[in-house]
Amino acid sequence: MKILVCMKQVPQKDAPLKLNEAGTWIREDVSYEVNEPDAFALEEALRQKEKHKGEVVVITAGPARASQVLREALAKGADRAIHLEDQAFVGLDAYNTARAIAEAIKDEKFDLIFTGLQSDDYGYAQTGVILAQILGLPHATIIMAIEKTEAGIRVKRELEAGFFQFVDMPVPAVLTIQSGINKLRYATLIGIKQAKTKPVRKVTLAEVQSAIGGNLQKIERLYVPQKSKNTEFLEGPPAEVAKKLVEKLKNELRVI
Amino acid sequence: MADTILVVVEQREGKLNRVSWETIAAGQAISAQTGWTLEAAVVGSGIATIAGEVAAKKVAKVYDVESARLEPYTPDAFAYALKEFLEKHPAKLVLMPHTYQVRDFVPQLATTLQTTAISDVIGYKYESGKLSFTRQMFQGKFVADVSFAGSGPCFVTFQNGSFRADKVEAGATAAPVETVHVEIPDGVVRNHPQEVFKEAKQAVDLTQAEIIVSVGRGIKEQQNIELAKQLADALGGELAASRPICDNGWLPMDRQIGSSGQTVAPKLYLALGISGAIQHIVGMKGARSIVAINKDSEAPIFEISDYAVVGDLFDIVPPLIEEVKKARA
Repeated sequence: MKILVCMKQVPQKDAPLKLNEAGTWIREDVSYEVNEPDAFALEEALRQKEKHKGEVVVITAGPARASQVLREALAKGADRAIHLEDQAFVGLDAYNTARAIAEAIKDEKFDLIFTGLQSDDYGYAQTGVILAQILGLPHATIIMAIEKTEAGIRVKRELEAGFFQFVDMPVPAVLTIQSGINKLRYATLIGIKQAKTKPVRKVTLAEVQSAIGGNLQKIERLYVPQKSKNTEFLEGPPAEVAKKLVEKLKNELRVI
Repeated sequence: MADTILVVVEQREGKLNRVSWETIAAGQAISAQTGWTLEAAVVGSGIATIAGEVAAKKVAKVYDVESARLEPYTPDAFAYALKEFLEKHPAKLVLMPHTYQVRDFVPQLATTLQTTAISDVIGYKYESGKLSFTRQMFQGKFVADVSFAGSGPCFVTFQNGSFRADKVEAGATAAPVETVHVEIPDGVVRNHPQEVFKEAKQAVDLTQAEIIVSVGRGIKEQQNIELAKQLADALGGELAASRPICDNGWLPMDRQIGSSGQTVAPKLYLALGISGAIQHIVGMKGARSIVAINKDSEAPIFEISDYAVVGDLFDIVPPLIEEVKKARA
C-alpha cells in the first residue's frame, strides 16, 4: 500500500499566543509542534505499511520551520517527504490548501491518503474531504480503525455520543483520522540518523500557483473572546486557595 | 442570486436533533436582520412528518428532499442530492448544524459547487450590510470574524449550543411543504455503511451527575488519576475526563466528556488540568457552575469558569480534598 499522510505544524498546545499588530493572525515567534491528529494519522500509516508493505510519504505546507514535522515523520519511519514551502501557505483557506496538495502530488498514485480530522489552529476539519473531492476519490471521516478487505477497505467511523459505524469502501480513498486510533511510537536513534538521508522534495509556491485561487474565506479580525462569565480568580498559597474555594462551593454555588 | 437563506436540518430515524432547531433559530435571527427569505430543507427518505414539523415554525417554505438512496446516510448521496437541489433552488446562505454528519459531507458539497463552508460557527455579525461569522480558532484561545468572498452559496455550520432551540419562533400559519424527488444515479454512492452501533453498554450515565470532577492532560500520569478520584469521592461526585485521558486508556471511554463523548449539565463541573479545547467545551458548557484549576492562565476553560485557580493542581487538590472533607463532616 502506498499511503500519503498530510501533516501540519501548529503552535504548541500550551504556547502563550499573541496577536499580530493588524489583529488578523498570531505572532509567529512561538514554539510549534505537529498537529496531534496528524501524528495519529502518521502512526496509522506506518502500521498499515508494516502489515501490508508499501510506502509512506508525508507532505506538509508551510514555511521552512514546518520541515521539522517532516523530519520527525521520517525519523519515525516514513520513507520520503514533500514540503510545499512558503510562508504564504499558512494563510490559505482549506480549499486552496487542498488544491495545492492535489497539484503537488498530481504525478503520484496513492492507495490511501490520510489527514488528521482537524487542525488545532484553524480547526476547519475540511481539508481532507475537499482533497478527496478534488481528486475524485471517496472519503470517510473521523476514523478509528482501518482494515484491508478483498474489495478495498473497511473503516470504523466514530459518530457522536459513543456510537460507531463500519463502512466498506473502495480504494484509493481519503480518510481523516481521529486522535487515539492507535498508540504513538517514538523515533529511535537509528531512525533519526536514517531520516537525514531520506529524500525531501521541495515544492515552491510558484509550482502550484496555477492550481490555487483567491481565498473564499477571509479573516476580518482575530481577537480574544469576550468573556460570557464574570470569572473570579482565587489567589494565594494552595492551602488558602483551597479554603476559599470550599467557601465558594458551600455558600455561593451551594453544592456542598 | 435570490436572497434566500436555506437551513438544512439533520434528522436521524425520523427525529431532528436539538442543534438543528438551534440552527433554525440562527436562520430566523439572520433573516430578521437582513430581510432575506428563510427556507428550510429536510433531506432523507420518507421524512414528510419532519418536514411538517419544521413547517410549523416561522419559515417561508420547507422542502422535503427525498430519495431512497439517502438512507442510510452516505456523503456521496447527500452531496449529490443537495447539489442538485441548490442548482435549482439557489440560496445565498446555507446553514447547517456542525455535527459529525455535516462535517462529513459539507466540504464535499461546497467543493462540487466551487464554494466554501465556514465551519463551527458560534455567532454572526451584520454590520453596514456586511455579514460575517464568528468562529473559534487556536482551540478557543481566539475567535475570528470571517467573511465570505465567493459568489455563493456560502455554507455555514453552527456549533452545538450557539443559539437557543427554545428561541425558535412558531409561524402564524403552517409554511408550504414542497416535496423534491432527487434521482441519484447508480455509481454515485461509493461507500457502503453498516449498522450504527455502540461499543459497550454505557456503564456510567454522567448526564445525571450533579457534581463532576473532570481531568485533562494536566494530570500528567495515570497514577495521578487517583488524586482526582479522591476529590470526586470527597464531593460525592463522578469522575470524568477529556478525550486525551480516555485515548490513553487512563479512564474508560464512557467517562469522556465532549463532542465524541457525553454532554453533561451538572450543578458543578470542576475541571482539573483541562485547557478547554472546543471539542471538550461543547460537552460541558451547559453546567450550572464551572470551577477550573489550570496552571496556564490563558487556558480557554477560564473564559467560561465561575471560579478559577491559576496554579499547579498537584499543589491545590490535596488541601482541597481536606477542606471538602472538613466542610462535609
